Amino acid sequence: MGILELHDVSLTLGGRRILNHLSVDFWEGHVHALIGPNGAGKSTLAAAIMGLPGYTHIEGDIVFAGESIKDLPVYERARRGITLAWQEPARFEGLSVEKFILAGARDKSPATVARVLERVGLDPEKYRRRAVDRTLSGGERKRIELASILAMEPRLVLMDEPDSGIDVEALRRIFDALSDFKERGATVIMITHSEEVLRHAEHAFLLCDGRIIDKGSVGRIDSYFAEKCVCCGHENQPTPEEMAEVTP
Amino acid sequence: MSGATKAPTPEQVAKARELLASLGAFGAHVGDDVAHLEVHGNEVVGAHLLPGLEADVEQRDDGVEMWLRLRRGARIANPVHLCFGMLPKEGSQHIVMHVEAEEDSFASVQAHCTFPNAVAITHTMDADVTVGPGATYEYFERHLHGAEGGVIVVPKTRVKVGEGGRFKTEFELIKGQAGEIDFDYEVDCEANAVLDMITRIIGRGRDRIRIRETGHLNGAESRAVLQSHLALRDDAVADVYNRLTASAPGARGHVDCKEIVQGRAVATATPIVEVSHPLAHVTHEAAIGSVDSRQLQTLMSRGLDEEAATDLIIEGLLG
Repeated sequence: MGILELHDVSLTLGGRRILNHLSVDFWEGHVHALIGPNGAGKSTLAAAIMGLPGYTHIEGDIVFAGESIKDLPVYERARRGITLAWQEPARFEGLSVEKFILAGARDKSPATVARVLERVGLDPEKYRRRAVDRTLSGGERKRIELASILAMEPRLVLMDEPDSGIDVEALRRIFDALSDFKERGATVIMITHSEEVLRHAEHAFLLCDGRIIDKGSVGRIDSYFAEKCVCCGHENQPTPEEMAEVTP
Repeated sequence: MSGATKAPTPEQVAKARELLASLGAFGAHVGDDVAHLEVHGNEVVGAHLLPGLEADVEQRDDGVEMWLRLRRGARIANPVHLCFGMLPKEGSQHIVMHVEAEEDSFASVQAHCTFPNAVAITHTMDADVTVGPGATYEYFERHLHGAEGGVIVVPKTRVKVGEGGRFKTEFELIKGQAGEIDFDYEVDCEANAVLDMITRIIGRGRDRIRIRETGHLNGAESRAVLQSHLALRDDAVADVYNRLTASAPGARGHVDCKEIVQGRAVATATPIVEVSHPLAHVTHEAAIGSVDSRQLQTLMSRGLDEEAATDLIIEGLLG
């Protein structure tokens, strides 16, 4: 049973069809990877699932835990347990790490802040009163964003390029957080190009021109993507021959 | 005539309590080691001073004139609390304040201006401040207004900071409706002096806000930061004018103006930097716009609705 089901989802932006009759189920409690070439629609898909402004006018349906969420605003989807970790986390001038984490935390006690900061390898005493601003490195902001998501205790985490712009230690902490999500039974969908990140996924989906053109084991899908995917000429969708080649 | 050290009458004590109660948690300064002074309208209704800190107060028809002196080398450990305000709906309060922080002295003053019931009140302040060599004088002015916005606030202050002295000031109006504000501070800095000036204001309804922050880095190696952070909603209008001049070697300064506008609010920012010495350096940045969409979406993806997310972003900016 999929925790998240997309039924024939299409989305047109600026006159171009970015998501194209896309249908897919994501199993609950698993870590899924979404791979594909630049411009395939991966980040758009995450934005559409989250319901970000500009990505809500979809055709088809998005069903989360048995309920259609396509007409819900972002915060209502978040309250049902969906959240997004951004490729480039926002900076908040003057807003303390503590307030940022507690904003969406399920348990709003100070102990939560300490627990999640420790989990991402940041000293609570050193960080809780710092601002989530430009004084933090990209890796620190990524870890603090992850801490805020851990505090939220979500059911579905969308992670857009979790390894983007961070150091080895930060990446290790992200993998720790993945373990935490999985232990709690949460579902994770990661958008990534990284082999290292892919190793932490259980399933992979290959997205091309707004459609899922293949899915299966991480090794097989990644091998196909790495070895056989080339810049192709199709405008919006693979040809039947191309589809036949990649789909078992 | 000194009005600061007379024992208050029971009526004055009652007024002081009521003024302080309107401040909520901000009014909870107690203890013999904390200096404080409460002025209701043109009347001193409570006072407590400490060695090294002197105050003289003269009553005027529409307010008070006061002289605050920090004796040479005096270090006042706990913040000094000043409370100005009026409980009635209408009236005017004019404060004339002369401050002298003598050489190597230190004090941090927290001034609360409270007009909880204001419908038509004018609060003006004309202050001159002298910060002696090596002295530090900090002045935090927090305004608490009612929901009507019926207050005209006109603080005008001229400051001279002596060699190696430090002057830090913050003006905050976040609780209640601003009304009309015409803020005008001008500070001259001698060699190695430090100036840090911040205004934080939320404007709502039909508030009219005018900020003029001016700093002059006249002495070698003097430094200054001028910051104005405003959030405007509804039909509020703000005009922010920050000017920093540098005319001495090694003088360093930065001007920073950030304004968030929502609804039909209008904000203008005019940062002026003027450098007349080749070894001086002043920078500025000004940003006016709506709430950052990425910040908003991040908080909404944690479950905050748009209003709560906006409030938290503004709280951070003005915090």
